[in-house]
Amino acid sequence: MMAAIDAVAIAVNGRSFALDVPPNTLLIDFLREQLQLTGTHQGCDTAQCGACTVLVDGLAIKSCNRLVLQCAGQKVTTIEGLAPDTATLHVMQEAFRRHHGLQCGFCTPGFVLRAVAMVQEEVAAEPAAVRQALAGNLCRCTGYEGIVLAVCEGLAILRSQAGNSALSAGPQTSVLGR
Amino acid sequence: MQDFAYARPQSMQALGRLLQAQPEARFLAGGQSLLAAMRLGLSAPAQLIDLQDLPELHGIALRDKGLHIGAMQTHASIAQSPAVRAFCPMLAALAAGIADQQVRSVGTLGGALAHNDPAGCWPAGVLALGATLVTSQRQIAADDFFQGLFCTALRPGELLLAVRFEPALAAAYYKQEQAASRFALLGVAVARLPVARGAGQARVRVALTGLGPGVRRWAAAEQALAAHWGAAALDGLHLPATAALGDVHAGADYRAHLAGVLCRRLVSRLSQPPAPVNTRHGLLQRFLHPLFRSSP
Repeated sequence: MMAAIDAVAIAVNGRSFALDVPPNTLLIDFLREQLQLTGTHQGCDTAQCGACTVLVDGLAIKSCNRLVLQCAGQKVTTIEGLAPDTATLHVMQEAFRRHHGLQCGFCTPGFVLRAVAMVQEEVAAEPAAVRQALAGNLCRCTGYEGIVLAVCEGLAILRSQAGNSALSAGPQTSVLGR
Repeated sequence: MQDFAYARPQSMQALGRLLQAQPEARFLAGGQSLLAAMRLGLSAPAQLIDLQDLPELHGIALRDKGLHIGAMQTHASIAQSPAVRAFCPMLAALAAGIADQQVRSVGTLGGALAHNDPAGCWPAGVLALGATLVTSQRQIAADDFFQGLFCTALRPGELLLAVRFEPALAAAYYKQEQAASRFALLGVAVARLPVARGAGQARVRVALTGLGPGVRRWAAAEQALAAHWGAAALDGLHLPATAALGDVHAGADYRAHLAGVLCRRLVSRLSQPPAPVNTRHGLLQRFLHPLFRSSP
């Protein structure tokens, strides 16, 4: 059978793309190879480690276990799209920096995006709840202490910012930079 | 992953036309098991039909005193649904304990049931509650739906639309996780269901997952608990090791032993009066009680 080619329209980090892909293209391969967004890391490649976690319409998902065609029409955010500009870190990235929430850094993009998605979930900004919510992300340097501290602090700051802007600025409550 | 054709019908009519042209097509729900199996070469469909745009497969609603959950509802959406939490907290807690949040955000109730993984959580909950599976062709009782290891009563081209649950007097699910996969090394679901007025005691249904050959009921435990609702009714009751399979994670005897231990714990918890809920997050804390939570 000749390989079929499908068109996909998708928004990644605020930019719209309309590209042709073979149907068996995984979201991670689309991001890394077609868009050259290599901050999304391929770890276990079997949906265990969470290094490939990205946001799709605000939900954290594992991009190694999702077809790009399943995400057609949706908004994807990768680690490259998180910071408001090249000189400023996103609040969650800054919390990871402050608490040494990374050692080798390979798992970090996945952890940061998973943590950003938690802002909208029922995850209390305290260690036990955060550890439970991070069950889908593995750090093989085992640097979990710093990661958990960073996520707790990042959650608290982002939620307080969202609360403040909800009071003052109306709809501008997004936790994303763009 | 090998090549395949992909279609995403927008209506049941369009789905019907696709199935006529491609009767061997596989349905794609969240894909958390199917895509992984395809990547490993365990499954190689030539045509995938993505179900996410079919409105008939979405929605959570109370209807005629029962709870209707669309097959394409994700585990995460079920876990956080106020309607599900009010109707049957066990369903929300079970959904919240599947895999991890990334998987729960795309994996679906219908996908999990059609897949019928022998260590899956949903088959146990659906079987214990005696739910009804609504398909494009008929209604199937849970007792008839699950037919062993990865097998169900679904015929080729038959699509699972929704699951209908009746109210339970009490229900709970608890699993001992296989630590790496978070599937059930052994999982037990217990439900105490009402009977018609004057028809005697409540019915009790016990479902076991993770034994190896696929989800099943435990008749001896059900009879003991129907006669006397309490953990003491299970004293001296053992599941024979021949009911289980062993693998690298656990022997058959250990799995069979776990069935008794977990069932006693569940019934002990269920037959006690509920703890008072007096904090803002009290309801959530009850869901997060160790008995309802995936083990660390």
